[in-house]
Amino acid sequence: MTVSHRLPTRRNTELLYVVVAAFIVACAEAVVEITRDNRMSSHVATYAVVSLAIGIAAHLAIRKLARYADPVMLPCAVFLIGMGMVMIHRLDLGLAQQATESGDTYTGVAAASQVVWAFLGLGVFLVVLFVVRDHRALARYAYTLALIGLFLLLLPAVLPARFSEVNGARIWIRVAGFSIQPGEVSKLCLTVFAAAYLVAKRDVLSLAGRRILGIDLPRGRDFGPLLVAWLVSIGVLVRNHDLGTSLMFFGLFVVLLYVATERVSWVIIGVLLFAGGCFVSYHLFANVKQRVDVWLHVFDYMQNQGYQMSQSLFGLGTGGLFGAGLGGGRPELVPVAKSDFILSSFGEELGLFGLVAILAVYLVFISRGFSAALLVRDSFGKLLVTGIAFSFGLQLFVVAGGISRLLPETGLTTPFLSYGGSSLIANFALLALLIRVSDAGRRPPTTPPSAVTTESGPVPIARVASSTATSDATPAGSDDDATEARNSVAGDNTDHRTSGGGR
Amino acid sequence: MTSPLAIQLMRFAFLALLWFFVYGLVRVIRAELRTSSAPRVPAVGKPRRSKRSGPGDARPARGALSQLVVVEGSLAGTRVALTGKPIFIGRANDSTLVLTDDYSSTRHARISETNGVWYLEDLGSTNGTYVGQSKVDGPVPLEAGVAIRIGKTVMELR
Repeated sequence: MTVSHRLPTRRNTELLYVVVAAFIVACAEAVVEITRDNRMSSHVATYAVVSLAIGIAAHLAIRKLARYADPVMLPCAVFLIGMGMVMIHRLDLGLAQQATESGDTYTGVAAASQVVWAFLGLGVFLVVLFVVRDHRALARYAYTLALIGLFLLLLPAVLPARFSEVNGARIWIRVAGFSIQPGEVSKLCLTVFAAAYLVAKRDVLSLAGRRILGIDLPRGRDFGPLLVAWLVSIGVLVRNHDLGTSLMFFGLFVVLLYVATERVSWVIIGVLLFAGGCFVSYHLFANVKQRVDVWLHVFDYMQNQGYQMSQSLFGLGTGGLFGAGLGGGRPELVPVAKSDFILSSFGEELGLFGLVAILAVYLVFISRGFSAALLVRDSFGKLLVTGIAFSFGLQLFVVAGGISRLLPETGLTTPFLSYGGSSLIANFALLALLIRVSDAGRRPPTTPPSAVTTESGPVPIARVASSTATSDATPAGSDDDATEARNSVAGDNTDHRTSGGGR
Repeated sequence: MTSPLAIQLMRFAFLALLWFFVYGLVRVIRAELRTSSAPRVPAVGKPRRSKRSGPGDARPARGALSQLVVVEGSLAGTRVALTGKPIFIGRANDSTLVLTDDYSSTRHARISETNGVWYLEDLGSTNGTYVGQSKVDGPVPLEAGVAIRIGKTVMELR
């Protein structure tokens, strides 16, 4: 019985694909340099080594701390981070050339600082993976995290513009030369909060209510949390001029509410509320109205507010089906392409064909998140991972919609790909949580099989280490004895791990 | 030095490489699906517990669980039928089993079924839920006759 749990952990597969991802990054950089300058510089090695170092460090940590985790997530993340660095470097080269042509010098080296941010992010990843041994422990800090999250979300709106405004969007905090975009960190905090809150309250939210027009309506007093989320997101829209964060925050909450209660009514109500809120703020607030105008008639504003978006559209048009080739286009013509519009740079250089490949990598990543949610047994883990995976998906949708003019322009970053320290670090932390939960979900069942547990999924309470002890302690006697022995082992074990359980 | 042809070749080769990566990832996922659709738990411990661990006799044992019975406390004798819907236990009026126990919380615990197995989950109660001797921390699978204790109330599945 002791050696029977030989479910493949697929850690070697993970390592293999991390290496493949780093190889692709090296190829991308080589293509850029050969196309532009006819020669390869040491940067090819630099970006390959950086991606490989990040991937292997994270891989070793996973081997040690979460050995049953999903093998696909890390290679996806390494691929995206590496491709992001190559594209940022490519934009640096383009901007430098542009500056030389107009007689200036371009001093920004975004790619180098992105490398530094990526290593800091790796540090955060390792710390989160090391500290959070059991994701359920996070639920205890739910309200603290909610407070931090809301504070960070609303802070830029309250601060004077000179501390918070960059390029017209007030989503920054600028202190002493550093600019932090708190939206990403607050997303992390609020996802944890929403998951913990809904696990505690979902029974109230799904039980009571009337049925009208075939929809189960919740009770009036249960609307509270949804209304608060709605007010905050509309507040963000109006004060920060930021449809993206607002949409993401509210969408996240509505989806978690739906997943927790399994009632479609929440989604319908949520969509109606958000649509209503947008309609009203369009008519009430001049800045929202102007953003929408620019979005609808982008070529009328081509020389001013619509410049960025129209350049992005031209870039995508230049790219066409197969792209201009890495290093062959002019993606640097889009202002701040490296953060908000990096997907359009990829669209220009790799074409629809390449852009869809990148989106497919995201799709794989997000779907692995959802499958971790299906596998893990405890409700908090399920909601947490669903929230994280969904927010990645929604963020990507909003960004891709933004660059292709499906949605008004937003200030959201593309996860892992975009230039930006706060975003990259927050995404590394989210990746660590995904890996932690997927490890809990895929860890083989360690309780001795009995009539009831034979076909059930893994029960995440006991650990591998306890399986031998349990089986030895289990007498072949009655079922009650067996259950008691198992439960006491499981109980002891849990105490080690969470240091005091949930409460 | 680099001819336009070579650049064009590189351009398409790189796109192919991207899709090769995607294909590889999808293959890993497919391999995962194969292993996870195989039985997750091989017939472990068969020699000792063979009378109970065969998949064939798992079903009747599970079907035997039909009610939640309160065996101790002020509600002793109360029975709740197991219908497949989750059972909520606590002092709240809309609970399935309304406790009057001073040691129980408004929403204390929840018993629900997944794939034929009944799980007990504590809903963040103040004084905790116990199965046998151990405090419940995450979802715990329940078996017939195991004592579930909330405050002074003891119940079991039958």
